This record gives sequence, C-alpha cells and structure tokens, in this order.
Amino acid sequence: MTVTPINIEEIKSIKLPVTQRGVIGWFKENLFNGIFNSVLTLIILAFLLKFLPPFIQWAFIKASWFTTPDVCKQCEGACWSVVFKNLRFVIFGFYPHDLHWRPFTAMMILFVLLFFSSNRRFWVRKLAYAWPIGLVAMGILMKGGILGLTSVNSMKWGGLPLTLLLSVFGLTAAYPLGVILALGRGSKMPLIRLMSVAYIELIRGVPLISLLFMSSIIFPLFLPEGLTINNILRAQVAIILFTGAYVAEVVRGGLQAMPKGQFEAADAIGLNYVQTMRLIILPQALKIVIPPTVSVLISAFKDTSLVVIIALFDFLMTAKNVIQNPEWMGFSTEMYLFVSLIYFLGCFSMSNFSRKLERELDTDKR
Amino acid sequence: MKNSILEEKVPFWLDPDKRAIAYQALTVIMVGLLAWYLISNTLANLERQNIASGFGFMDKEAGFEIGESLIPYSAADSYARALVVGILNTLKVSVLGIALCLVLGVFVGISRLSDNWLVKKLAGIYIEVMQNIPILLQLFFWYALFYEALPPVKQALNPFPGMYLCNRGVIMAAPVSHPAHVYMFIAFGLGIVGALILKSWAWRRLTSSGKDFPVFWTSLGIIIGLPFLIWLLFGAPHTMDVPKLKGFNFKGGLMLSPEFIALLLGLVIYTSAFVAEIVRAGIQAIDRGQTEAAMSLGLKKSLILNLVILPQALRVIIPPLTSQMLNLLKNSSLAIAIGYPDFVSVANTTINITGQSIEGVALIMGCYLMFSLTTSLFMNWYNKKSQLVER
Repeated sequence: MTVTPINIEEIKSIKLPVTQRGVIGWFKENLFNGIFNSVLTLIILAFLLKFLPPFIQWAFIKASWFTTPDVCKQCEGACWSVVFKNLRFVIFGFYPHDLHWRPFTAMMILFVLLFFSSNRRFWVRKLAYAWPIGLVAMGILMKGGILGLTSVNSMKWGGLPLTLLLSVFGLTAAYPLGVILALGRGSKMPLIRLMSVAYIELIRGVPLISLLFMSSIIFPLFLPEGLTINNILRAQVAIILFTGAYVAEVVRGGLQAMPKGQFEAADAIGLNYVQTMRLIILPQALKIVIPPTVSVLISAFKDTSLVVIIALFDFLMTAKNVIQNPEWMGFSTEMYLFVSLIYFLGCFSMSNFSRKLERELDTDKR
Repeated sequence: MKNSILEEKVPFWLDPDKRAIAYQALTVIMVGLLAWYLISNTLANLERQNIASGFGFMDKEAGFEIGESLIPYSAADSYARALVVGILNTLKVSVLGIALCLVLGVFVGISRLSDNWLVKKLAGIYIEVMQNIPILLQLFFWYALFYEALPPVKQALNPFPGMYLCNRGVIMAAPVSHPAHVYMFIAFGLGIVGALILKSWAWRRLTSSGKDFPVFWTSLGIIIGLPFLIWLLFGAPHTMDVPKLKGFNFKGGLMLSPEFIALLLGLVIYTSAFVAEIVRAGIQAIDRGQTEAAMSLGLKKSLILNLVILPQALRVIIPPLTSQMLNLLKNSSLAIAIGYPDFVSVANTTINITGQSIEGVALIMGCYLMFSLTTSLFMNWYNKKSQLVER
C-alpha cells in the first residue's frame, strides 16, 4: 500500500465554503438565512431608508448650530442653536453667572470620584476617604460662605449640578438607611420586623411624586412654628426616604443569598449580632449586591427629574424653561433631544459599568 | 444545685429573649415619640392656620372642570365625584397601557433574541435608549411633539379614512352606540370564561387519555365568534359615527386628547423596554437542553413552546413583570406634568382649592397602596399557581 504524501500547498489552497466567508458569508448567515428572515431584513432596510436619510438631513445637514432665533425659524433643519445659545443657563440654572466655575468644579470633582470608583484597581481605603472629602468640598463650592467664597443662596441652585447633587447625596444617605431597614426586615424581633416591612411596603407602594408632594406640602406642617426648611432639602428628604426602601430590598436580596453556614460559623466563634453582621455577613452581602445597587443609582438619577413637579429648577426644568421663552418657542424637540442625550450618556455608562462589574465579580461561582 | 448556679450567672441583660424585648420596646418608644412630636406640631400648625381637618370637604361642590371623564361630571358635582373621575382616568390609562406594553414588550423581547442581526440590534438599541431616558422627559417630548409637529384642526392629517390627527388630538370614527354592544361585551366575557373552562377540560383529557385538543384555535373561535354571532342576531348594526370638521372643531367620532396619547405613549414605550428585558431573560433562563430533550421526544415546535418553554419561562418572568406593571401604574401619576386629569392631578387641584393637604396626600397614597396591594395579591396568587411543585 502506497502512502500518498499530503500536499500541504493543496490543502492551503482549498477555500472555505462561500457561506462562511467574508462579508457575503456574514450577510448570508445573519440577515438572509431563510425566506422569513430575508423578507424581514428587506422590510427593515426599506423602513430605515425611508426614515434615516430625512432624519440625518434634518439633524445635521440642514441644521443651524449657532444662530439667532429669527434665523432658526427660517431654517428647514434642526435648530441646535436653542441648545448652544442657552447652554450655560440649561446647565447651571440661576446660579450667578460669574460664579459658574464653582458648580463646574464641583461637578468635575464628582466625575473624577466616579471615574476612580468605577475602576476596581482603585478600590482601596483611600478612595473611601476621598468620597466624604469630595462631597464636603462640593457642598462648600456650591454654598460658599467660607474660605472667602461668596455665599450663594440655595434657591439659586439649579441645572445639572442640582440633578447630580440630589441623586448622589440621595443615594449616599439612602444607603445606610436601606441597610438598617434590610437588617430590620430580616430581624428575629417581630415588632422591629413589622415596622421595617410596613415602611418598605408603604414607600414602595406609592409613586415618588406623592412623597414629593408630602415633602413640599405637609413637611412644613410637621415642623414647630418658625422653623422652615428650604425646598431643595425637602425634596432631598423625599428622595432619600424613597430610595432607602429600594436599597433595602436590594440588600435584603444579598442577605438572603448568604449561606446559613456563615451565620453558624460566626455563632461558633462567639461573635455577637453586631460583630457577625459587620465582620462576616454585610461585607459579603453588600459585595453581591453591587450591580443591583448601581441599578438603584440609575433609577435615582432618572427619578430626580420628577422634582420638576414641585417646581425645583433641575436640569430638565431649566431646559423646559428655555423653550417656554417666547423667543425660543417651537424648538422643544431639539432641546429635549439634547437633554435626553445627557441623561442617556449618564445612565448608559452606569448600566454598562454595572454589567461589566457583574461579570468581574461573578468569579466564585462553581 | 448546678442548675441554679447557671441560672444565677445569666443576668437579664445577657438573656437574648429579654434583651430583644428591651430593644423592641426602645424602638417603639422612639418611633412613637417621633410620631407624637410630628403630630403635635401638625395639630398646632393646623390650628394656627384655621384649617379644619377631616374629610368633610368631600361633599362640597368642586367648582372646577375636568378635561376628560368616563362618567358624567360637571363643576357643580362634589369633590368626591371629581376624585372618582380621576381614579377612573388613572385606571383607563393604566389598563390600556399595561395591555399595550405587554404586547410591545414581548414583541421587542423576542426580537432581541432573533437570529436576524438587524432585528436583534434594533431591538437592543430600542431597549437601551428607552430604559435610560427618564420617563418624565419622554412624556414632555411626546407632548411637545404633538403640539409642535401636528397641524391645527383645519389642516388635520388624515392617514386612514375616518381617522384624523391634529394638535387637538386623535379623532377616530366609532360605532354609533347600539343595544347590541352591551350584549356583545357580555358575550365576550362569557367567551373568555368558556375558553378557560375548555382549557382545563382539554388539559385533564390530555393527561388522562393523551388525546390532544386544539385549545388555542377553539378558544379564539369562541372569544371572537360569540360576540360576532350576537352582532349578527341584532341585524349587524354597522352605522359608524364618522368625525366631521364643523367650524373650529370636529363633531362626532371618538376623540383622544393629546395629553392622553402622550401619557399612554410615554408609559408604554418606557415600560415596554423593561418588559422586553424581562422576557428575554426569562427565555434565556431556560436551559437549551430542555428544548433538545423535548425535540428528541419528537414534540412539535408549538408543543415545545407550550409545554416545555413557556411554563418554565413564566415562572422566571412573572415576579419582575408584576413590579413593572405596578411601576407603570405608579408612573401614570406623572400625568400631572402634562395636564392629563388623573387621580393625582385631581387630588392636587383639590388640595390647592380646599387647603386640605394632609387629607389629599393621604388619599393619593392610600389609593395607590390599594392598587399595589390588589395587583400584588392577584399576581402572587397567579405566581403560586405557576410555581414549581417540588417533592
């Protein structure tokens, strides 16, 4: 029996079947596999061709970018001038014009903190100290009154810094509240459990705006005569109470995921309740629930926009205010698209981060 | 002897049971003190402002108009009736919203799993964009679009015969009311009950004798056929109330206000993105082996979906779906921002006129709590029914 030597060259010259190769192969596999899919693809392509080019024409080619309202009204395309001409008001609201650097710096501090917190390489003790320092610095920059900074009345706070403040401070304060409520809900003491359950279900069962109403209308009635709290703080309290209940449910999920053995081991080495929770259970439980906590942060960020209803000048309200100005009336689409883009960028990067984190933390699954 | 020493050694502050009582008593006292402080302040404040507390204001004449209403209402009616109008409006937009959102959400969720790249990507973009933009902003957007992009009444768009689009809303042709409609509605309800009975009968027959029965098509036949039969029996009344432009507005037909449509669009589009993700996760949670095992048994594709995939996927889908439905209901309260007269908006007007802020906010919260509790009770019941029975 003769053995034919394998001709390497010949094998190399054999090509892959057409259906698995290059652009055409990709098209065939992903867009035209089967009659149904081909028809579907064609319908969608036709649809895109009908709507996408006019949209691009409107949004970019025929758009006006930096003109006056009168020129804009003649323009066929989008009028992005409404955004750019009013950008400083939309972002900073009624904050004194020459002091805009202060809220700007405050926002930058927050972004830097968020940037470092989003990378797990920087998760060290220093970061935990940087947060409170950063938040205090932000507060000082916004409020002023010390260190030679002129004081700015909080009635004038607005725009994007207000939105960020409400959501970041909201979550920072809601987190401990949520952890306590979650521990209360899992407690063996019936009265404490009952109160925690009642609180969580009560808050989760009602819309946020009913709490905002409560904070803006009823809150003043709760306080003794002569004592008033400004609007922003009232809304902040409502947001904290609301977010706390949601954080509590997330943390409860983490606590329930803890194996019973962890509690028993803690009991066996003679730790008391506080020690068990602080040293053994909470560090693990909170680690599990980091991704869902980011989701709570995203909702808190989106939900702060509801303060519009009690007439706070957050980012959405400043934008709305610009397009209600007779000069710029009729360009709400452009303005709302811009605001949507900012919210989208914020939420999308957070949710992407949470997904990435979920993959990274998902290491100890067998 | 030994026993008594042990008992003496444990002082009461180290006894877990007694300590628990002490902790609880302490918490209750603290919460009670806080409540007492707030209530006493409130009472003092109310007295100073001369506001009578209580729900006595409910019988008084409301004195404000409400834009749209399912029941007859005029400004001369009482606050109680105005609030009922608000509740009905909330229910109208929520029920319709939930139904549409389920359809759209399931559709997008399944599209996300399509093997057509274009469909998959478009569904993905839809989900990401809609999830990440605050719902209030979406409501403003749709509302503004309605007012700015659509022409005034005189130049109303007419995309289909009998349907008009203008900045006053959508005006559609509607059937002229006829006694047959009531009976058709009853027949529709009976059809659904009949279909449910049929389903359980077919299931029992399937498990006992192995004989299959085309439940889906028969049910569809009953649910649609029964009202149709009634319609024919009444002589097939088919007069349509076609809207006509008269003066400055349309006469006749069914009119949907821009507020209602903007709210419905916003709620449906926002929530459907979340529903789509839930549906996708539910379907993906089913192990591929399940499908393969079912295929190797020789089951048809429809049977695999009905008997193997759906019952398991629903178990994963239903709890988060419930909370999305509740979210839609709660978010409908944002109607106040665009002026649709839902319950919160009517209650808020009431608060502004009467000054009964505590009662008003209590009504709002109580009403939504009731909705939430009923929905979760129903969904928990349904969830239990569909849960895995383990030995």
